[in-house]
Amino acid sequence: MKIAFKLFASLSDYLPAGSLHNRIELDVDEGVSVAEVIRRYQVPERSAHLVLVNGLFVPPAERSRRRLQEGDEVAVWPPIAGG
Amino acid sequence: MGWNRKILRVDLAGGTCREEPLNMEWAQEYLGSRGLATKYLVSEIDPRVDPLSPDNKMIMATGPLTGTMASTGGRYTVVTKGPLTGAIACSNSGGFFGAEMKFAGWDMIIFEGRAPKPVYLHVENDRAELRDASHLWGKSCWETEETIKHELQDPLVRISSIGRAGENQVYYACIVNDLHRAAGRSGVGAVMGSKNLKAVALRGTKGVSGIRDFGAFMQATNDAKKVLADNAVTGQGLPKYGTQVLMNVINEIGALPTRNHRDVQFEDAGKISAEAMHEKRPTDGKPHLVTNAACFGCTIACGRISEIDKGHFTVKNNPKYWGASGGLEYEAAWALGAANGVGDLEALQYANLLCNEQGMDPISFGATVGAAMELYEMGVITKEQIGLEAPFGSAQALARLAEMTALGEGFGKEIALGSKRLCTKYGHPELSMTVKGQEFPAYDSRGIQGMGLAYATSNRGACHLRGYTVASEVLGIPVKTDPHVTEGKAELVKAFQDATAVFDSAGICVFTSFAWTLADVQPQLAAACEGDWSMDKLNEVGERIWNMERQFNNAAGFTAKDDNLPPRLTSEPAKTGPAKGMVNHLDRMLPEYYQVRGWTPDGVPKPETLSRLGL
Ligand code: SF4
Repeated sequence: MKIAFKLFASLSDYLPAGSLHNRIELDVDEGVSVAEVIRRYQVPERSAHLVLVNGLFVPPAERSRRRLQEGDEVAVWPPIAGG
Repeated sequence: MGWNRKILRVDLAGGTCREEPLNMEWAQEYLGSRGLATKYLVSEIDPRVDPLSPDNKMIMATGPLTGTMASTGGRYTVVTKGPLTGAIACSNSGGFFGAEMKFAGWDMIIFEGRAPKPVYLHVENDRAELRDASHLWGKSCWETEETIKHELQDPLVRISSIGRAGENQVYYACIVNDLHRAAGRSGVGAVMGSKNLKAVALRGTKGVSGIRDFGAFMQATNDAKKVLADNAVTGQGLPKYGTQVLMNVINEIGALPTRNHRDVQFEDAGKISAEAMHEKRPTDGKPHLVTNAACFGCTIACGRISEIDKGHFTVKNNPKYWGASGGLEYEAAWALGAANGVGDLEALQYANLLCNEQGMDPISFGATVGAAMELYEMGVITKEQIGLEAPFGSAQALARLAEMTALGEGFGKEIALGSKRLCTKYGHPELSMTVKGQEFPAYDSRGIQGMGLAYATSNRGACHLRGYTVASEVLGIPVKTDPHVTEGKAELVKAFQDATAVFDSAGICVFTSFAWTLADVQPQLAAACEGDWSMDKLNEVGERIWNMERQFNNAAGFTAKDDNLPPRLTSEPAKTGPAKGMVNHLDRMLPEYYQVRGWTPDGVPKPETLSRLGL
């Protein structure tokens, strides 16, 4: 199934070279977890601070339990803030 | 002591400058800067005064930590009654001007009356005098700063000034210091313009003396700086990406107000984000961002310095704008961009430069353009009236309206009214995205419920810097709360509001609060200032300041009815994203908030609340 994986700010370095707009499309197995996708791109766990699936926050404790579905959009940020 | 214990009182009508002792009893109750200056203002003016009349006063104030070794201790505030809102106005700025006021030996400057002709105030340590500014009238903030430095033959003089917008009393004119830092909101620059006061030029060589316990202060400020350096947000995120890193976050969570809040997600958010600022432009191969920058004594350095694309249509014949200059920050990028559907980063920076050059708040300006574009698309205002086509997304219209508003030309005079007066004038007050007359910043409260309450109850009209619950609801600072629920938000908003009042009154930047809590500020204040500066005391001071501001607004004629949001946010559901189908449920939070605050169901502080706070 297809999902979108987005890494922002300093995490964009973990995306394959040439990725556009902080985003790649991935073909993943059914039932893959949020944590597995993040691990696949070697994003250090403590850097994956803000993790959203379809814009909704997934707390750290739920990331390995949370299974992805076709069309899901996973977006990850390091610790950031603004104002 | 932290304080210099000295106030400068400037009678603009009489042309005199007088020294006064700082009221140290009040300093113990209101700390400094925002709190202490507001105490002076509310004690000296009639709350019902016309903000642009000579009877209004304007105070520039520092806090006890301003100018010290404390990180970010360069802040100053401008406190007055705001013309945009008719409420208390308190605008905070960084840069170097605030620290210079302390170095010259003053805690605050109170301006009274109106000068018969344009003047500027020159202060060199103890010496203060009003000087003729006829030759500066009509000049921009940038030209004013350059001219004064040249005249005084002193490149180190620090200057706050108004540009053409302040002179023309644009309702959201700001006061610009150090070229691109500004006391931005509520129209404080229009008040300065109404007083015929063009600029304040300060030179201080005394340093800050009188720290209560210097050894303890060094220790406390060093410890606190380590907290900032070790924190991933203040140590890495903000210096590298600035506040604008939020553009993609807030868009993803579906709370990026777009096209005058018609939408909650902007298809071009990526193009105007912090990430885009780092990318090389296809046109000239250079990134927009040149470097980051810090205000006085700041160890975070979130400021952005950018270079516009010299070939862009806005500047290709105008080399004046080609150099590296301030911007874009998140709020400006949002207001000039998403709020009116413009995804052209260079056009946003051009409009931002004009705001800095002529002294306009980019939030209120951009949001007012968004309202005008909606009226244009509805056919309520026409191309003939505006002087050009102005649909959502038009970078040309944004750039031209910025020029017209900054210079007081044509339809720019209508944009200068702000969104509330503009929409009311054209028969659609419901389209004004404001609270108490002030335009919203960059968070849609349909997707971040607590912000709806923070906006509705902000003492200076819609504002994110009075209670930034985004930190908790979106970013998980200090703890993550669910942005879609209303439960617990009344307490959260109150806690943020009271703590922020203390940060502001201390003279430090509220961005430290991404890493610091009040417990990190407390040892710094306790070492710098005489008196009891325990945590309990600080919490009480924050709450006291909030209630004092509220009392002023109530006396100025505001009621619970003004603690409100535009109908769009409470009755038109978000169309896309994770908050799709949601509205803001202010009605569920507000009664609880009044209760938590110790106010009546009509939003009036109860006698027991006032007496508990010594008000
Ligand atoms: S954090 Fe940013 S705005 Fe605050 S004092 Fe530092 S540079 Fe200035």
